[in-house]
Amino acid sequence: MNNDVLVDAQGLTRRYGLIRAVAGLDLQLRNGEILGLLGPNGAGKSTTLRMLAGCLAPSEGRVLIRGLDMARAPSRAKRHLGYLPERPPLYPEQTVREYLAFCARLHRIPRREQGAAVASAMTDCGLADMGSRLIAHCSKGYQQRVGIAQAILHRPDVVIFDEPTAGLDPNQIREIRALIRRLGESHSVILSSHILPEIQATCARVAIIHGGQLVFDRPMRDIEGDERPRTLRLGLRRPPGEDVLSSVSGIERVEAIEEGLWQLTCAPGADPREAIAGQAARDDWGLFELSQPRRALEDIFTELTSADRPATRQAA
Amino acid sequence: MTSVWIIARQELARLFVSPLAWTMLAVVQLLLGLLFAMSLADLMLNPQRLGDYSGVSEVIGGGLFRFATIILLLVIPLLTMRLFAEERKAGTLDLLLASPVTLTGLVLGKFAGIQAFLTLMLGLTALMPLSLSLGTQLDLGMLAAGLLGLWLMMAAFAAAGIFISSLTREPTVAAIATFGLLLGIWLLHAVSFFDWQPAIMGMTLPLGDLARQLSLIGHYDNLLYGIFDTGDVAYYLIFCGLFLALTVQRLDMERH
Repeated sequence: MNNDVLVDAQGLTRRYGLIRAVAGLDLQLRNGEILGLLGPNGAGKSTTLRMLAGCLAPSEGRVLIRGLDMARAPSRAKRHLGYLPERPPLYPEQTVREYLAFCARLHRIPRREQGAAVASAMTDCGLADMGSRLIAHCSKGYQQRVGIAQAILHRPDVVIFDEPTAGLDPNQIREIRALIRRLGESHSVILSSHILPEIQATCARVAIIHGGQLVFDRPMRDIEGDERPRTLRLGLRRPPGEDVLSSVSGIERVEAIEEGLWQLTCAPGADPREAIAGQAARDDWGLFELSQPRRALEDIFTELTSADRPATRQAA
Repeated sequence: MTSVWIIARQELARLFVSPLAWTMLAVVQLLLGLLFAMSLADLMLNPQRLGDYSGVSEVIGGGLFRFATIILLLVIPLLTMRLFAEERKAGTLDLLLASPVTLTGLVLGKFAGIQAFLTLMLGLTALMPLSLSLGTQLDLGMLAAGLLGLWLMMAAFAAAGIFISSLTREPTVAAIATFGLLLGIWLLHAVSFFDWQPAIMGMTLPLGDLARQLSLIGHYDNLLYGIFDTGDVAYYLIFCGLFLALTVQRLDMERH
């Protein structure tokens, strides 16, 4: 087995009575990766993550954490994991420091290192001044940070976040995303969300779950990291005819969206943006918009998850 | 072993930052204090009653401990209802399940934490009859046996409460069900007084005897009279072991 693989889920299946929440799911997480698990509500994301974290035993299949089988050596496997469930698991009657000290003991951090571990996790999560605050008195954003601090406290190889920004306001969401990106520099992260921009903003690889199956698994750069655009949006005040537009080199097709707005499809490998701007300036077309809509992931997501029965399309 | 200590310590810490523990200690102490004072007053007014018993230790100590079990029957379900039901409801159970702590360590830790709190309550209760040693000779052996009985009874209540708490996510449901279970096992004693010996295929079922052996009270009475029988102690230990093992099983089933 490849040493690089930290989490290896093989054929995970989970049944609740007659319902199959997850069906034969294979997932791997390599060292240093941030993997985004994307899927509509009820797709099986939380069930999958709970199985990876060892809170739930799979009906079939197995989970290996650094080669340790979660079913055979759970205590040893769990030492390499940090898990933040959908609802942060906090004891509101305790202070932030008391709670984190308990988590440090829970994760068997040696007594002498506990203080330092709590302090560094608090610094990492922006909780440095909150130590003596009761968790019940913290805002939801700070409670989420305490939950994240709990998950990274013992510096695990893998951190699992289940919908880490659910229920936060836009500022808090931005902060938590930045925090996760920062954590991703030193940990491997699995993150679940039903929000596309979240995955786009934080993850290097995206996996889409639908109906309990993995329907898509690819690095983010394959989807949109390519500098050359496939489609462009063009707005002109004094447009020439469509035939003039389509004669610009690198443009394959021109479609009118509305008065003065077009969607241009570029030829594979071509980037006609400079040519369009140059010609617009020369011929006074009144250029007011030339943009590249970031729709790639959304298109894939809609296509894969709106069908009733998921088509299994798993790329290498 | 370490994980038992970690969980027990957290349980105690959480108990004492909440008003629940303090209120419980205060109310139990007040009620037992009242009963203690009343039975002392009663004894002072009717000293001839002492002749029916083997001494002050039995009248005051035995009476107090008997009353204490009734209060505990009402109080312990409120203490144990939180243990797993609340953790499950609040989502904190996932924190414990995802940590390297084993299920056995988790259950034993919760039990040890509650039992430590109950031991404190027992200590406060013991001070009352012991204070009589200022004025009279006490049968310390009898008191010790009674205290041991009370302590074992507490452990049995707690173990049953932990198991019921692991079945549900509603703390109040856990409290009521625990109360029902404990009272049921308690009242089993009444069955032993029935003069009813059903016969099946020519064999008489010793129903009364069975009920007496299974009931929580019978074994307690012996200890209150100062009789230390390993059979009685074993009964409580088996009772606790059974319910704690069931709790571990139940939590394991929940994962599967």
